[in-house]
Amino acid sequence: MNTWSIMKRILKQFRRDKRSVALMIVAPVFVLTLMWLVLDSDDTQPEIALVDVPAPVQEKVDEDAADWVEMSQPEAEEALEEASIEAMVQWENGSPSLTLEGSNPTTAGQVKEVLSEALASGSQPDIEVDFWHGADDLGLFDYIGPVLIGFFVFFFVFIVGGVSFLRERTQGTLERLLATPIKRRELVYGYLGGFGLFTIIQSILIAAFSIYVLQMYMSGQFFYVIIVTFLLALTALSLGTLLSAFAKNEFQLIQFIPLVIVPQVFFSGLFPTEGMAVWLQAIGHVMPLTYGAEALRGIMLRGEGIASFQVELYVLLGFSVLFTTLNIFALKRHRSL
Amino acid sequence: METILQLKNISQQFGERKILNHIEFDINKGEIFGLLGPSGAGKTTLVKMMTGTLVPTAGEVFMNGEKLPSLQQMSQYGFMAQSDALYQELTASENLDFFGSLYKMSKTYRKQRIQEVMEMVDLSEHLHQTVETYSGGMKRRLSLAAALIHEPELIILDEPTVGIDPVLRQSIWEELKRLKDRGVTIVVTTHVMDEAEKCDRLALLREGEVIALDTPEQLKETVGVSSIEDVFLHYGGGVR
Repeated sequence: MNTWSIMKRILKQFRRDKRSVALMIVAPVFVLTLMWLVLDSDDTQPEIALVDVPAPVQEKVDEDAADWVEMSQPEAEEALEEASIEAMVQWENGSPSLTLEGSNPTTAGQVKEVLSEALASGSQPDIEVDFWHGADDLGLFDYIGPVLIGFFVFFFVFIVGGVSFLRERTQGTLERLLATPIKRRELVYGYLGGFGLFTIIQSILIAAFSIYVLQMYMSGQFFYVIIVTFLLALTALSLGTLLSAFAKNEFQLIQFIPLVIVPQVFFSGLFPTEGMAVWLQAIGHVMPLTYGAEALRGIMLRGEGIASFQVELYVLLGFSVLFTTLNIFALKRHRSL
Repeated sequence: METILQLKNISQQFGERKILNHIEFDINKGEIFGLLGPSGAGKTTLVKMMTGTLVPTAGEVFMNGEKLPSLQQMSQYGFMAQSDALYQELTASENLDFFGSLYKMSKTYRKQRIQEVMEMVDLSEHLHQTVETYSGGMKRRLSLAAALIHEPELIILDEPTVGIDPVLRQSIWEELKRLKDRGVTIVVTTHVMDEAEKCDRLALLREGEVIALDTPEQLKETVGVSSIEDVFLHYGGGVR
């Protein structure tokens, strides 16, 4: 009953507070678009200088794989110095030698790949390549996209949810509310309900935008993406409202971001964690975003069904229940009953 | 006389700091009971105990014979906090409707009461205005309206007139008197001496202790002075 009153009130406040609505929907859409523009642009071709390379070899190189420029050795060395080319191939005593510019590890790898393809003798049979998951046009944006969806939903719900609950305290309405017959848990559930309804809409919009407008690679069920995103949002909301109990004002709540949000980015799969020490990997297992990102990747890249990501669902649900319970308990500071 | 609130040997400590010291008094049904004291005397702490949001480290508070805190008793009183506890984005009507719904009032009853209390505090024309557009005084009045929405038999007001102009202050006191005439019990804290004179009974609070408690007239007569301020100076030893 009272839970419903709180929910209704929160939704009414949302209707008036266009800025928060924008922060939760427009901001993620905007940042995702930016990421898409940056990551999904066509791969730049490395520029490679050819120095004294014999003509028969030059004919064999794949024109499309790189910009091949013929240069003299001093020219090429100057270009390397200025980093205007990525590599120089020289021919000494009938065999190639490669000098990489080397300040960007990604292009260095790219150059090596291009060259080994170009210089391999054409006699090898072509290997037919099939993809078990994904496709050959799967780009970086497709790979980290699912993590980004999860992260932005998590981040913005955390902020807006946390600040709203905190404001309840700073503007004195919490004290006022607790002088009415409302139960502590009704208040917390009301928040989860009101924001929950809103985050469902948010999840649908952000996921639909990423998949249908930005053409993020998607091989699973759209509905599953919504479920995971929603649960992630619920976890962020319960965590944000819980942590707001330990902040005196909005500024102090913002201070939690580098402590709580940023580390999750490192462990959530944006960067490979397989090579890390076991204890370091264990840190990732206490972070909600790890599970959300893993489930989203499974659904979107590998087309997984509910059986494959149900563990992640339970863990996210567990986090939400834990944070909610702790929050109800934390409110005891304001009223013991 | 029937009592509505009983404070029994209340003490409160935050760590080593003593806020309240062995406070004991009853509040009778239908009276305007004033708590007068400088800031830091423990008024707000005492109010929190009367509303049941704070449990004293020692002693007990009873409302209608039931020990606090009690959810049952929480619907019996209306509370006006020191800060205007209102939702700025919402209209006056939405604020009142929200608080009303927490008391399980029916929709029609809520609607009727919103009209009534807005009339009482003279804000009827601003019913559908958002609170952000209200002036400070209007917000105080709306807070009072929110405390009255469920027709409570007891209202507890923490410094209701702080920071508002004399005209408005008078109108709030007139409203309190009208409520009293209807049989509502009123507990009000203040640090303004002349307001204290308008109370039926008055407890003077200083450094967590009740230094005197009586009707304003009786207090003045006992000490033999002409103003409450002098009474305070007499009992308080003239410091502060």
